[in-house]
Amino acid sequence: MQSSNKKIFKRLALTAILVSAIGFWSFQSFANETATDSLTEQQLVTENHAEDHVAEVHEEGKVDAGKLIMEHIADAHDWHIATIGTAHISIPLPVIIKDANGVKVFLSSAFHHGHESFEGYALKEGKIVAVDANNQIIEDADFLDLSITKNVAAMFIAVFVLCWLMLRVAAHYTKNNNKAPKGINNLIETLILFIRDEIAKPSIGPKYEKFLPYLLTIFFFIFINNLFGLVPFFPGGANVTGNIAITLVLAIFTFVITSFSGNKSYWGHIFMPPGVPKPLWILLVPIEIIGMLNKPIVLMIRLFANITAGHIIILGFFSLIFIFGAMNQYMGLGVSILSVAFTTFMSFLELLVAFLQAYVFTLLSSLYFGSAVEEHHHEEHH
Amino acid sequence: MELVKPGLGLIFWMTITFSLVLFILSKFAWKPILNSIREREDSINNALNAADEARKQMDALKSDNEKLLQQARIERDAMLKEAKEMKDEIIGQAKKSADEESRRILTAANESIESAKIKALNELKTQVAVLSVDLAEKVLAKKMEDRSAQEAFVNENLKSITLN
Repeated sequence: MQSSNKKIFKRLALTAILVSAIGFWSFQSFANETATDSLTEQQLVTENHAEDHVAEVHEEGKVDAGKLIMEHIADAHDWHIATIGTAHISIPLPVIIKDANGVKVFLSSAFHHGHESFEGYALKEGKIVAVDANNQIIEDADFLDLSITKNVAAMFIAVFVLCWLMLRVAAHYTKNNNKAPKGINNLIETLILFIRDEIAKPSIGPKYEKFLPYLLTIFFFIFINNLFGLVPFFPGGANVTGNIAITLVLAIFTFVITSFSGNKSYWGHIFMPPGVPKPLWILLVPIEIIGMLNKPIVLMIRLFANITAGHIIILGFFSLIFIFGAMNQYMGLGVSILSVAFTTFMSFLELLVAFLQAYVFTLLSSLYFGSAVEEHHHEEHH
Repeated sequence: MELVKPGLGLIFWMTITFSLVLFILSKFAWKPILNSIREREDSINNALNAADEARKQMDALKSDNEKLLQQARIERDAMLKEAKEMKDEIIGQAKKSADEESRRILTAANESIESAKIKALNELKTQVAVLSVDLAEKVLAKKMEDRSAQEAFVNENLKSITLN
């Protein structure tokens, strides 16, 4: 017992030292990165005077944790993997722009990380802006940015993995019909049965089967994207489900399905609330409509906020290392041990949250479907 | 604020991708998986129902057997009882008839003994009378040999007979 404890302790200590060493090394490269960043910022500042406060922060030699975190959780036009020395290693992603002149497709590497403009467009603060010949931003330029951004690419990867996994599982089922599931099929089947028996059946009722494919799809879509978001390097690392555009689309899907499957009594409760005097309808109907629209908005914000918050906390802990490291290298080293411990804890929590938020989104969607297809028998009772 | 502004490009790609995923998974993944899960559940349910049915049948069979056994036991008991009664009856009858027979024999024997005894007594009486008469004759004959003795005797007797 004791010897095994000792062994575990030894291993932990070794891991902590290793991790802090890596952290330290990355701090140095990070310092370099901030140096180059400030350089580019300065360049940009000469181009555009609106951003001088950012440059000021960098000039003081401080780490701007807020900016760092925002850059990590926001969308990007290239997939940054690592910075070694002054060299950025990143995957350029395709930029697709539709404007009056047609559709332009090129790789984001054409922007050279925001240093250059290309075909009248430039990368500014991670966003594509239209620029004129003198590299001045045209504010009211009319164009559509349909680029494959980091989030889109990460989503493609996650979706590809999801489809591959599910089609494989499905193939197993069609092949070995009526046999007990094994391995990954067992795991997937457990989740599917959980969604069917614990979410869909109790909250929708007898008509649950119609909604089951959608519920399964959103659950696994959110879950796999949440999990990929927790992986800190290439195939993961993007903040897909923590992006409001993604959650917006998911919420709209739920809203549209709810509205289209809403039966007479569902709409009746909204536009002609039963058991209420008619003059009160003036008051109640707008409230009901707000309530109806409120549901998808809540869905959208909950998922977005939860996942983004998780990413921010983890990044915040890591930023602490560099903030303290900027004051004193040894302090940074000391804080790194704490930060790594906290981040490990948070990562476990995020694993739970990844499942929980997928579950909550699915559960609430099915509750909304349930309210849409529920049969009321008010007339018979009154 | 950048964070809460949904990007149009992302919405566009997300809508397309999600619709595709929804379509592909619904058609090629969820449908076969859910169908086969349902089939399996049905088959498990059927198997369970069949097992239940079989158990019920077996129970019924068992209770039938039990009933038959019970019946047989009752019948056996009845038969035993009947046999015992019959035996008792036979024994009782036999005893009764034997008693009667012995009593009858005894009575007959007693009667014959009694009659024999009476006959013997009667015979004895006759014999005794004859013998005593003979003896008395002989004694008298001896005693009355002379005349004086005869007269004395008659006188004696005459004296005792008082004629009033």
